[in-house]
Amino acid sequence: MAKVPGLFKGLGVTFGTMVETITHGANTVQYPHVKEAPPVRARGVIALHEGNCTSCMLCVRSCPDWCIYIEGHKELAPPRRAGGKPRAVNKLDRFDIDYALCMYCGICVEVCPFDALFWSPEYEYSEPRIADLLHDKAKLGEWMETVPAAPELEVGADKKGKK
Amino acid sequence: MYALLSSIPYWGQTLLRLLGGAVAVLLPAGTIVYLFLFKMMSFMQSRLGPMEAGPYGSMQLFAEVGKWLQKEDLLPERADSFVFKIAPLIVLSSTFLLVAVVPFGPDAWFTNFEAGVFYALAVSSVSVLGILMAGWSSANKYSLLGGLRAAGQLIAYELPMILAVVGVVIQAGSMNLQNIVVAQNAGSIFGWNGLGNPYLLTQFVGFVVFMIAVQAELTQTPFDMPIAESELVSGYMTEYSGFRFLMFFIGEFATAGVFAFIASVLFLGGWGVPFSWFGWSGINDVDSWMNVGGPLIMLTKMLGLVFIIMWVRFSYPRFREDQLQRFAWKVLIPVSLVNIMATSVLKVAF
Ligand code: SF4
Ligand code: SF4
Repeated sequence: MAKVPGLFKGLGVTFGTMVETITHGANTVQYPHVKEAPPVRARGVIALHEGNCTSCMLCVRSCPDWCIYIEGHKELAPPRRAGGKPRAVNKLDRFDIDYALCMYCGICVEVCPFDALFWSPEYEYSEPRIADLLHDKAKLGEWMETVPAAPELEVGADKKGKK
Repeated sequence: MYALLSSIPYWGQTLLRLLGGAVAVLLPAGTIVYLFLFKMMSFMQSRLGPMEAGPYGSMQLFAEVGKWLQKEDLLPERADSFVFKIAPLIVLSSTFLLVAVVPFGPDAWFTNFEAGVFYALAVSSVSVLGILMAGWSSANKYSLLGGLRAAGQLIAYELPMILAVVGVVIQAGSMNLQNIVVAQNAGSIFGWNGLGNPYLLTQFVGFVVFMIAVQAELTQTPFDMPIAESELVSGYMTEYSGFRFLMFFIGEFATAGVFAFIASVLFLGGWGVPFSWFGWSGINDVDSWMNVGGPLIMLTKMLGLVFIIMWVRFSYPRFREDQLQRFAWKVLIPVSLVNIMATSVLKVAF
């Protein structure tokens, strides 16, 4: 019997929400007509900054789903200083992420030592065919534009190694 | 009206009745699904629900039915195919049988059955058989669990429902649903007849018990242990797809409508308005426009009652199986027995 007031209160909550939705509109938006702005740091899609990637394969190996595919080859780049030896650099041939498999855990973004992977809030990339969700480095590069600027470092965070 | 009907040959009357029955079952079911399941539930969760198909999503139900009709009619390999296929038909047929005794107007009824209440309560339990058959024949342990839970629950709540109705029957002195309507609208409260005598007032306890039992009979939350989609994956309906699932779906909401019709007949005065408003003294004085107005009044009352059923459904979490049984046997049945006793004592006293 002690629960009866609570039961009526519960009915009041749902009724109140209904009245509020009818008079003031819903909390949701009608998606294709109205677009919702996701929070800046939303995990929408993973973007690649190709210039930073050294094909170190760390992301590939730490991805729990094995859904990153990288192929590369070594190339000789001109020496930095005149008279030096030509440098060997890793050239990225292929960088694909299969978004049909990706579970947005973010491990690849965390693990990348060269700041080549970023979270972008972009979310409109669904495809009618599941195979089309495999996106290559050109597409991943396009998403770089939507990546928000890096947040300010915390005070003292730049004094690396010094004690 | 009645003279008009009897000039039609028997097969024509039967056809008309079948048509009327289909309308009386499917129209409320569609209205309930759109108004309450699509819209009211969405509003209560602060969203808009279907908006794309037709104005305000009003054609959504047709889209859904079209979708279901396209789906493959799956049959589990180990299933008992005959029983599996016939089970949804049995569930749905109990709804159609139920609507047969509901009076919609002074002459607008399908059958004017002397023991209408008895019949209604009897055929409403036929659906338990269909559900048990569906659960058993699916060859799936979730379905079986759901079917058994449904059987246990429906049998437990059948009793308080019957006992709640007994109070009404005692007060009206008749088991005929038409007579119960007349008794309420021609009645008076201590000599004042401006409101008739809806049994909602005198049988309030019975009404509450009846509505709770209806909630459980329809397996609506908080009594949805048998279909518990989050743990039993819809229980006895797990293996059904396409048209057969659609039958279960229609059955659920059509039965909600028909039970609300019966509740409005038993407790809210059914199709009638208080007879004193128009100076009628009995069923024979009622103007024949009530044959059109009556169904509309019934529809309004039905929607009001279904609103309460759905409101409760969207507000409360699920009962545990033991709580559910304890509530039926230890609370509802004793309360309705006391109600019967009080009603009979007062009936004899006045
Ligand atoms: S987010 Fe996780 S699952 Fe997706 S590619 Fe990166 S590591 Fe793999
Ligand atoms: S971890 Fe970073 S640098 Fe290494 S392959 Fe992946 S994206 Fe390139």
